[in-house]
Amino acid sequence: MIDSIRGTNLLSLDDLTKAAIVEVLDTAESFVEVNRRTIKKVPALKGRVVASLFFEESTRTRLSFETAAKRLSADVLSLAVASSSVKKGESLRDTIATIDALGIDAVVMRHRSSGAALQVSRYVPHVKVINGGDGQHQHPTQGLLDAFTIRQVLSERHDTTGLESGAELFAGLRILIVGDIRHSRVARSDVAAYAALGAEIRLCAPGTLLPDEVSTWPVTVVDDFDDALEWADVVGLLRLQSERGSGAFVASLDEFTFTHGLTVERARLLRPETLIMHPGPMNRGVEIDSRVVDSDAAIVERQVSNGVPIRMAVLYLCVAGSGEGPGL
Amino acid sequence: MSALVIRQGLVVGVDVGEVADVLIVDGRIAEIARSIDAPGDAYEVDARDCWVGPGFVDLHTHLREPGREAAETIESGARAGALGGYCALVAMPNTEPALDSVALVSFVLERGARTPLDVAVAGAITKDRRGESLAPLAEMAALGVRLFTDDGVGVQDPSVMRRALTYAKPLGVRLAQHCEDEALAAGGTMNEGELSARLGLTGRPALAEELMVLRDIELVRLTNSPLHFLHLSTKRSLDLVLGARAMGLPVSFEVAPHHFTLDESACANYEPVFKVHPPLRARGDVEGLRDALRRGVVDAVATDHAPHAPELKDLPFDEAPAGMLGLEHAASLTFEALGDSANPVSFFQVLSRGPARIAQLRAVDGPRRHSAHGGSMIAGEDANVTVFDPLEHWRVDRHALASRSMNTPYDGRAMAGRVRATIAKGRLVVDQGRLT
Amino acid sequence: MANQDERQARPRGLAFIAKSQLMTGDDVARALRRMAHEIIERNHSLGSLSIVGLQTGGKAPATKLASILSEISGLAVDANTLDVSFYRDDLSRNPIPASSATHIDHDLTDRTVVLVDDVLFTGRTIRAALNALSDWGRPRAVQLAVLVDRGHRELPIRPDYVGKNLPTSLDEAIVATLDGVWIGTREAS
Repeated sequence: MIDSIRGTNLLSLDDLTKAAIVEVLDTAESFVEVNRRTIKKVPALKGRVVASLFFEESTRTRLSFETAAKRLSADVLSLAVASSSVKKGESLRDTIATIDALGIDAVVMRHRSSGAALQVSRYVPHVKVINGGDGQHQHPTQGLLDAFTIRQVLSERHDTTGLESGAELFAGLRILIVGDIRHSRVARSDVAAYAALGAEIRLCAPGTLLPDEVSTWPVTVVDDFDDALEWADVVGLLRLQSERGSGAFVASLDEFTFTHGLTVERARLLRPETLIMHPGPMNRGVEIDSRVVDSDAAIVERQVSNGVPIRMAVLYLCVAGSGEGPGL
Repeated sequence: MSALVIRQGLVVGVDVGEVADVLIVDGRIAEIARSIDAPGDAYEVDARDCWVGPGFVDLHTHLREPGREAAETIESGARAGALGGYCALVAMPNTEPALDSVALVSFVLERGARTPLDVAVAGAITKDRRGESLAPLAEMAALGVRLFTDDGVGVQDPSVMRRALTYAKPLGVRLAQHCEDEALAAGGTMNEGELSARLGLTGRPALAEELMVLRDIELVRLTNSPLHFLHLSTKRSLDLVLGARAMGLPVSFEVAPHHFTLDESACANYEPVFKVHPPLRARGDVEGLRDALRRGVVDAVATDHAPHAPELKDLPFDEAPAGMLGLEHAASLTFEALGDSANPVSFFQVLSRGPARIAQLRAVDGPRRHSAHGGSMIAGEDANVTVFDPLEHWRVDRHALASRSMNTPYDGRAMAGRVRATIAKGRLVVDQGRLT
Repeated sequence: MANQDERQARPRGLAFIAKSQLMTGDDVARALRRMAHEIIERNHSLGSLSIVGLQTGGKAPATKLASILSEISGLAVDANTLDVSFYRDDLSRNPIPASSATHIDHDLTDRTVVLVDDVLFTGRTIRAALNALSDWGRPRAVQLAVLVDRGHRELPIRPDYVGKNLPTSLDEAIVATLDGVWIGTREAS
């Protein structure tokens, strides 16, 4: 378990202690302020090269990472999978070696295979590897920005700054995660972050969309969705991952909405102060009704806008902080 | 509805009670006592020398509607059921189209509501019963469906069955399986053995059933989701499931009257009426099933009532469709199999109380659209009552059936015991062995 | 739980061992008052003055200076804060500092900025601050106020207002707060 991601790779939130996670959130606070300036740029990564390697389609996350790197004044190399030699059958090892030969300090990568980021980190141990999502395994920056968003919104509500109230906010906070948990790397990262921060987590999903051996996770699985909605302070919805085959795990989208969709009727069961979150992209009308998305309780836009500060914090800590000094 | 009084039958609840009168008013059992002063306009049912117990529940009826109304309709099937002493039927989903959606389930429920009986529906596990992708179990469960099966065939792919069990568990419903591995049984028309070889008919081996029974027991162990085994036909299948049940696994099973009455030798004349899946088995299996019935370890008798239009059963043995009628004769055959020491409690247990529990039709199974079945014969319960005469002797006539079809394998057979009266939801539907 | 602003009080893993106290809290207060008068004397109009304290050591002195200036002049003078962590030129060599809050709520173009810090040493922090300031506009002038100048400049940076000049050796450490100034050493805790 690592206490701080300064100068390390960020592969999985399961590896991080509470202190490490809190450090990222605190650093991100400063970057929120940077992102409000007219000139949204600081020279912290000047002269460094960050490669963005997205083997899986993702415009949003890739742009978010590349923006973060650019706002830290890093040079960004962007690999578009479709036109790359990877499609021609080049191995992952050779692809990363080719890019490394150009001289990179860090690589942000997303791949459809679980563990791909870890494998790459072994091929290029001198390069900082930041996992932008690997198969069904982890999506660390999403977990971090989700935790950050909760902290941010609740701090505003209690009129405190995020830093002072950070620890207390999550202690015993009731977080419900709903949907295709089995196939979701976001769920795994969220659970790791929330559990480390001290929240109480419940999962609710059709039986076929729960992970195997979920009893070993730091969560409680509940069957009664309506009951869970009344219990929760935060409801995190997940998308049905049809591209990862979950279509075979429930009868149809309609059946999924019937059993576990956040419909207008179900949204009425929520307490007025409960937050609704979704990592995106959303299937409006499937896991969440359009009208519920557009309600005040849904803080999806905050999540999106916190993506860049969190990724700036991660890049800053991982890449800028690779010096050796007393005490490190 | 005017009152009914059932006179001087042996009232059979949890235990064998006494000879008594049963007063039924407004759909409920109002009173059970040695001698009741009934209201003047109460209809009298003579139950002397009869057993009076909870109405029968069939877990396994093919009502053929929608799609094959020529063979049977929900209405005609209900009439056949009533004559057989049944107050509730569970309609199987292998209709055309299959009952794999809210629309179709609603259709059958609505049609069933027009009959005097309670007609529940078993929904399909997979879309179109193809065994590939899950049907909308949750939506169907919201309509009150508590049993799901692809009956006609079993779910062949173990990963699909596993997923179905996992998905069903939190819904509080039970899956049911027709256990026959299609690859092993392919092309078979009767039990595989010495007889099938001599007759030149391809056999369906006992192993085809037993292998899937084994597989599904293990899947239940893995998922802890309840499973009901349909029409187990071999002694080994029974032993496997009894063993699993003894270990605390949530399994139940039924046996069909034809499997504990007829053996494979009935097929010797190539009569298609004896063709059924799983097939009539060897004598040893038949004895094994009868023995289990007598020992009281069988959860339920279910008819697997499978009507076929007459012209279809006139085809050559291997071309004819499989299945035989059962509703009108199950009670008598069960009584006969229980033997000389037939215990009325066991009789009603396998025909009524056991099936009612598995189908979740009892009062304790919670609010639902149907009345309560499988009761203990006490005042206040919904009046689903069957009067059975263990002394009557009669003969089956295939031309005198309530069913639209005639494919009964018992034509001309002498029967011991007969349903005298059936009271469904407080209404007298069968009296003196005839529909009212 | 430690406030983010306070977390930068000492580098990670090192503790300050005081040897002797060179200024008391009263001494510091008097020095700040004197510096405030110097600021007024040099900058005739306080209206175009922006006081910017460098996180984290300059925050308290800046706040104090701003309140003294308000008191003397009768005008409202606010203190802003600036975190220069992201602008340091030594990130790859030294442990990166934890970042703190930056609050500058107005454009600095044509303003006279008075940067305030606790201790002036190599001058690299001030250089990072000058880099950072340029992201808030183009100030007309930038002046520097420090509680203590301990020498050992590595860059051509000089203070405009000094609380106390204290020559030190490189292995010594200085802590300067509103409660006083101490000289001592830093050792691994």
